[in-house]
Amino acid sequence: MDSLIKKICAGDVRLASRLIRDIEDKIPEAKAKIKKLYAHTGKSFIVGITGAPGAGKSTLTDALITALRKKNKTIGVLAVDPTSPFTGGAILGDRIRMQKHAEDEGVFVRSLATRGALGGLSQAAGDAIHVMEAMGKDIIIVETVGIGQQEIDIINHAHSVVVVLVPGMGDEIQTMKAGLMEIADVFVVNKANRPGANQLQTELSSMLNLASRNGAGWQPPIVMVGDAFEPAAFAEKTAELAQKIEEHHRYLIESGKLTERMHRKALAEINDALSFCLLEPVIAELTATGKMEHFAEKIKSRQADPYSVAEEIAKTFFIKQDKK
Amino acid sequence: MPERKIRVMVAKPGLDGHDRGARVLARCFRDAGFEVVYTGCHQTPEQIAAAAIQEDVDLVGLSCLSGAHRALFPRVVELLREKGASDITVIGGGIIPEQDFPLLYEAGIKAIFTPGASLETIVEWIRANIKPH
Repeated sequence: MDSLIKKICAGDVRLASRLIRDIEDKIPEAKAKIKKLYAHTGKSFIVGITGAPGAGKSTLTDALITALRKKNKTIGVLAVDPTSPFTGGAILGDRIRMQKHAEDEGVFVRSLATRGALGGLSQAAGDAIHVMEAMGKDIIIVETVGIGQQEIDIINHAHSVVVVLVPGMGDEIQTMKAGLMEIADVFVVNKANRPGANQLQTELSSMLNLASRNGAGWQPPIVMVGDAFEPAAFAEKTAELAQKIEEHHRYLIESGKLTERMHRKALAEINDALSFCLLEPVIAELTATGKMEHFAEKIKSRQADPYSVAEEIAKTFFIKQDKK
Repeated sequence: MPERKIRVMVAKPGLDGHDRGARVLARCFRDAGFEVVYTGCHQTPEQIAAAAIQEDVDLVGLSCLSGAHRALFPRVVELLREKGASDITVIGGGIIPEQDFPLLYEAGIKAIFTPGASLETIVEWIRANIKPH
């Protein structure tokens, strides 16, 4: 296994992508590999790109890759798209916008399907980030699935979060709402050539002014990005976006906030690992032995309630663990 | 043992902007429960091979309606081989005259589907022939 770890740390794309797949498919050996890899992680800067479907996340990611490659940064991209709740299939189409970087060895793009996760990412995203970190990528861009107001798991994984908005999605009240509007370190008003862009910018500014009275140290900038089919202006604005992201990175380091975010990330990682190591094996065993069906029948016919069932399961499972 | 998900890539090599068929197939593979990476039109064989490796797909489905399949399809197989990824199966489809089949099979294309092939046939072929890595 050590040679595998060495090869991944040396940047082997094939092995890295395979390990990400093992994580996605929940192959038991993958966990052991991540344990070995973990010591080599934690050095990359992780940027989240999130926003509604079709807001332009993939196109902006592509432009960011271009801007960051000019500064000789190596890039990992994780692009998440939705899994069908009916068939389990998925169309992973974010790559279409990024294919011009396919042959650049400094760029590794890997698509992930959500596979049922509801927070805007996939359950494998955390460990997929670890794999790219171990590969030594300077910057890892995590593009979430197209989201609404509340799917904000990205804050547990990224150091900086870019929220991409487009004009025409509602009135000022939308900018006051909790959730998505609170998590941005940088706002992008994309497709800013369209009607309503200036109004959105004004609404965002006034929302941010209210927030800064609470003593926040970083005022999220608003980057207005126009038509992607006007390449010169688009490149200029996306370079500005790359610069704002870098400024935020510097701010995080200088203000000590980076440590805070890494702490939050560590807590989330423990949470995920607990669920993986404790909850999932229990559910798997109950399903495999048919006990899950048995309990469902009891609850359905009101012979039992879900809480008592859960307590009974916890008792049997943990007593069994003790005996081992 | 958890079940492996089949990952496929649908790609259009060369100067060919007609991707209706490729999109129908991508959608059909989605409905078959596969994870489908779609890379869009105008791809070089180099881009396709690099993307297939980065995405760790089991299968690359090439679509070509321009007549350049004799050069482009074999090149994709060759590049995958060069990069140590000959375990990725390559199949092809589009406007491909029957007289070109032997050349393509010889070059390592594992199956060819032309107009008239039903979606079910293609999905069944994949299920029968692709064992996820």
